[in-house]
Amino acid sequence: MSGPISLSKLALGQQAVLRSFPPAGAAFLRLREMGLLPGTRLILVRQAPLGDPLEIEVRGYRLSLRRAEAECILVDPDSPS
Amino acid sequence: MNASSAVSKTVGGPPGRAPVYALVGNPNCGKSTLFNALTGLKQKVGNYPGVTVEKKVGTAYSQHGQPMPVIDLPGAYSLAARSPDEAVTRDMLLGRRLDTAAPDRILCIVDASNLERNLYLVHQILDLGRPVIVVLNMMDLAAKAGVRIKVERLEKELGIPVIPCEAAHGRGLIELKLAMSRPDLPLPRHRWDIPSPIAPAVSELQASLLENDRKAPLSARAEALLLLTDQDSVRVAGSTPLSSRTTDILQSWKVRWEGQGVDWAATLVASRYDAIARLCADVLERGTPEQEGASLSDRIDGVVTHPVWGWLVLGGLMGALFLSIFTLAEYPMTWIDDHIAQAADAVKAAMPPGDLRDLITDGAIAGVGGVLIFLPQILILFFFIGLLESTGYMARAAFIMDRLMSRVGLNGKSFIPLLSSYACAIPGIMATRTIEDAKDRLVTILVAPLMSCSARLPVYLLMIAALVPGDTIPVGTKVGLMLLMYALGTSAAFGFAWLFKRTLLKGEPPLMIMELPPYRLPRVRDVILQMVERGGLFLRRAGTLILGISIVLWFLSTYPKAPEGATAQAQMAHSFAGQAGQLIEPVIRPLGFDWQIGIGLIASFAAREVFVSTMGVVFNAQSDADDTAPLRQALASARWPDGAPLFTPLVCLTLMIFYVFAMQCVSTIAVVRRETNSWRWPLFQLAYMTGTAWVVCFAVASIGRLLGY
Ligand SMILES: Nc1nc2c(ncn2[C@@H]2O[C@H](COP(=O)(O)OP(=O)(O)OP(=O)(O)O)[C@@H](O)[C@H]2O)c(=O)[nH]1
Ligand SMILES: [Mg+2]
Repeated sequence: MSGPISLSKLALGQQAVLRSFPPAGAAFLRLREMGLLPGTRLILVRQAPLGDPLEIEVRGYRLSLRRAEAECILVDPDSPS
Repeated sequence: MNASSAVSKTVGGPPGRAPVYALVGNPNCGKSTLFNALTGLKQKVGNYPGVTVEKKVGTAYSQHGQPMPVIDLPGAYSLAARSPDEAVTRDMLLGRRLDTAAPDRILCIVDASNLERNLYLVHQILDLGRPVIVVLNMMDLAAKAGVRIKVERLEKELGIPVIPCEAAHGRGLIELKLAMSRPDLPLPRHRWDIPSPIAPAVSELQASLLENDRKAPLSARAEALLLLTDQDSVRVAGSTPLSSRTTDILQSWKVRWEGQGVDWAATLVASRYDAIARLCADVLERGTPEQEGASLSDRIDGVVTHPVWGWLVLGGLMGALFLSIFTLAEYPMTWIDDHIAQAADAVKAAMPPGDLRDLITDGAIAGVGGVLIFLPQILILFFFIGLLESTGYMARAAFIMDRLMSRVGLNGKSFIPLLSSYACAIPGIMATRTIEDAKDRLVTILVAPLMSCSARLPVYLLMIAALVPGDTIPVGTKVGLMLLMYALGTSAAFGFAWLFKRTLLKGEPPLMIMELPPYRLPRVRDVILQMVERGGLFLRRAGTLILGISIVLWFLSTYPKAPEGATAQAQMAHSFAGQAGQLIEPVIRPLGFDWQIGIGLIASFAAREVFVSTMGVVFNAQSDADDTAPLRQALASARWPDGAPLFTPLVCLTLMIFYVFAMQCVSTIAVVRRETNSWRWPLFQLAYMTGTAWVVCFAVASIGRLLGY
């Protein structure tokens, strides 16, 4: 696979490594404090029945966040092996 | 060595009294479970983040019987608080609260199955320079996940006691109590190099905080660090705003960093996580989890958040709840009803006729009894809600509802307070403290009392019973009517939320960052305790508030006495209560209510279920017979002066609808006043809710009359 994509574009069940956040924004600071940092592995686990929000697994726990936020987060997807 | 000198050796503890412990940790890591185990109290426990939203003080006893005050606090992911509940914890730890001093020692609870993220808060706590004990809770889950923690190693690295435990199963408590009762606890050995571009700023801010803001030497460094990540700190740094000197320093550093392209907050967070990663590399061993493949939690979620099954599960759960309220509660209710009637008859037989006898039977017993018979339903409701809360389903409900909630401008997190409001608006309104955005929180508070609470149940049930005399209504119709009332209240809540977000409280669409905990088998003890606790509260209310109001009401409806020989109804009309009812009759007449119902509406302003007890007093007092008839028969025989029945199906329905909307609860008004810090919002709420009630009831009554009911 080539180049980073936004977290919301991952396929369900796909693993990725977080690449970058937008520089500012209180929400993203909280996500950092909850352990989502550049270099952190994550999996997109599922989406809610109506397509939003998303559920991701990071550092062994589950977190839900909205698509709107996920779109601003860039990740490097693992190439499917 | 005597006891007092032993105590005075305590590090960070005041001489002469036992040190105060605060329980701090991430949301849902088991703080309240541990608090209950230590103190024997019954703090609410549930499997979703944000159960505890206010501090609670208790006392634990050491192995030698020494009392040790312990404070349970709301969970927080970081000291840089983003919601009011996290702010409670931050302010408590930094000694910013006016009502309580900062704790002497800190019990830092950590979810061992999720060590890295939990250590972030620990890392911040260690900055505080107070004695800390780290409690590794949920060791059972860590073991299941194949995670092994080298406890001695962690102890050595941090230089403080680390106690593994399982709060839910009572394991490790003795070791914890032994550590807690140690007279001297070491201060943490906190080796953490603040990243170089930021370190000089922290020292400068620390010095200024000490000098210009009179911050305690212990917490000045932590406060300085917090200023750099907590957007809120400047605005709500406790009671006193920051000195201009400190603000200037902060500002000039920020300008400098911006010029250099340094993201100071992100740098700080990253450097803490670096330190944590190094620590974890030393103390964590990841083995293979006990089970391979998708966990049970995941398989449940596959169903519960499925595009089709998910909704069916949610609907099915609600349906099952209401069905059981009607069917299961039938037997205990009849039993209670019979016994209340027997008690009243026994008093009537034992005492000579007179005002005192009437006070006991028609005032106290009829009033309290009328409410008491709904105890089984209340218990079932709370049992159900307790099950939802302790399994972990609540967080999923918020997850699947988020999209719908966002349509009205709220987020899934508002769903949990709203769902709790089905039980009672007061805990629901308290639960809004987990909502980060102030406007969203206010909107949620404003609409929460529209969710049909358990105090409305007695009113609905009485009215449904009065709709058709006798027991001829099939269960299906009853459940349907009941669901209709709940649906009405719920859609009103959403509708008004939409309206308020559009007009009064416009704001950005809020965020939805929420942890989804793994499902847990509910601890039966917790669910039952919660149910009994709430049932007890209901009984206490019946025994105090409702009893009091019933007695006062009996007096108000007995005096002044009508001339000798007047009928019971004429007496009622002549009394103070009757006069009050007649006073408001012109306002409620268009809704199809007479002055007798008016008495109920006025009295139930205190609490909705008082309507039922008031009807008990008003109508039982009028039945001259020596037998106490069930209330619903008394209602069926109530008449307008022209002989037409008072409680027609239309009137019963309108009354139910009135209670769906009207803000009839003094306690809620008081809580909203406290949570919003002004009289403006509770009064607004009172006006819009009761206004809506009148308008909707008027529409229903008019249409009903047109249709010939
Ligand atoms: N398996 C397991 N579950 C536990 C343990 N301790 C607590 N729990 C469960 O964890 C859940 C959360 O417990 P609480 O005590 O409410 O957590 P809290 O930290 O007070 O949560 P907040 O008040 O929301 O911050 C409950 O379902 C408990 O039954 C434990 O040692 N092992
Ligand atoms: Mg708690």
